[in-house]
Amino acid sequence: MPIRERPAMKVNVHVSLKPGVLDPQGRAIHHALEGLGFAGVNDVRAGRLIALDVADDTSDAQLDEMCRKLLANMVIENYTIEKA
Amino acid sequence: MGFSAGVITFPGSNCDRDMAVAIETITGHAPARIWHGDATLPDGLDFIAVPGGFSYGDYLRSGAMAARSPIMRAVADAAGRGVPVLGVCNGFQVLTETGLLPGALMRNAGISFICREVPLIVENGTSLFTARYETGARITIPVAHHDGNYFADDDTLDRIEGDGRVAFRYAENCNGSARDIAGVLNAGGNVLGMMPHPERSVDPVHGGTDGRALFEGVMEGLSVA
Repeated sequence: MPIRERPAMKVNVHVSLKPGVLDPQGRAIHHALEGLGFAGVNDVRAGRLIALDVADDTSDAQLDEMCRKLLANMVIENYTIEKA
Repeated sequence: MGFSAGVITFPGSNCDRDMAVAIETITGHAPARIWHGDATLPDGLDFIAVPGGFSYGDYLRSGAMAARSPIMRAVADAAGRGVPVLGVCNGFQVLTETGLLPGALMRNAGISFICREVPLIVENGTSLFTARYETGARITIPVAHHDGNYFADDDTLDRIEGDGRVAFRYAENCNGSARDIAGVLNAGGNVLGMMPHPERSVDPVHGGTDGRALFEGVMEGLSVA
């Protein structure tokens, strides 16, 4: 079978805790930044970047389903999908 | 009459043997050991335990990968048929990620991993899992977790509290859990998830035996049914 180059698409999924959900890791990072002498940091929220390399005909609905079924936990997290 | 139990093992589970030993010690019957990649459960299981540990290295979120493993589809089907399912620690995380239980377990509010005995209040002593405890009883069970901070939105918390689905509360909140919740039942009452480890409190050499009554209650409840 001939090797066929498959057109690909880079997609960045950003997963973050919903507003109001306590983020102990963000708080610890905040304290550490203050400990290093950085002034003026009001708040820190830690999230996660998941970089996907997918076939370029992957639909928005499929990407959305990936996020809802696995990449984000909708009880505590929000996500945004960014096509690079 | 045998008591047919099964203990699930994922890559990274580390309390599966403790769970199996506890079940065998108390019921007199060794449970089936079930691998995560199996798509089916042994026929006729009376009780399924999802043990603690660090399934799949806690990748993505604690319990997230295990919840999508082949065996968990079979466990969810069995739970839907009314088979009792107990999830402890990582098992609790797996059950919330599977959607069998409401809410989520987040990083402990104090960041640190916690490994110690904690006092619990039995909030509902009428479930299959808690029938051998008195409602309101104070018991001591060990915890060992990093992600035990129970979270659900206020509507969900109101609902599960109103329906008597909080099985255990922390007498001293060790991890920031919403409303001190340590253990939650599903709507049918046949699925319990809890962060404390009852299987680590069944033999006097453990330093306590307050966990025994949970397994005894399940065994008795099933033999009466």
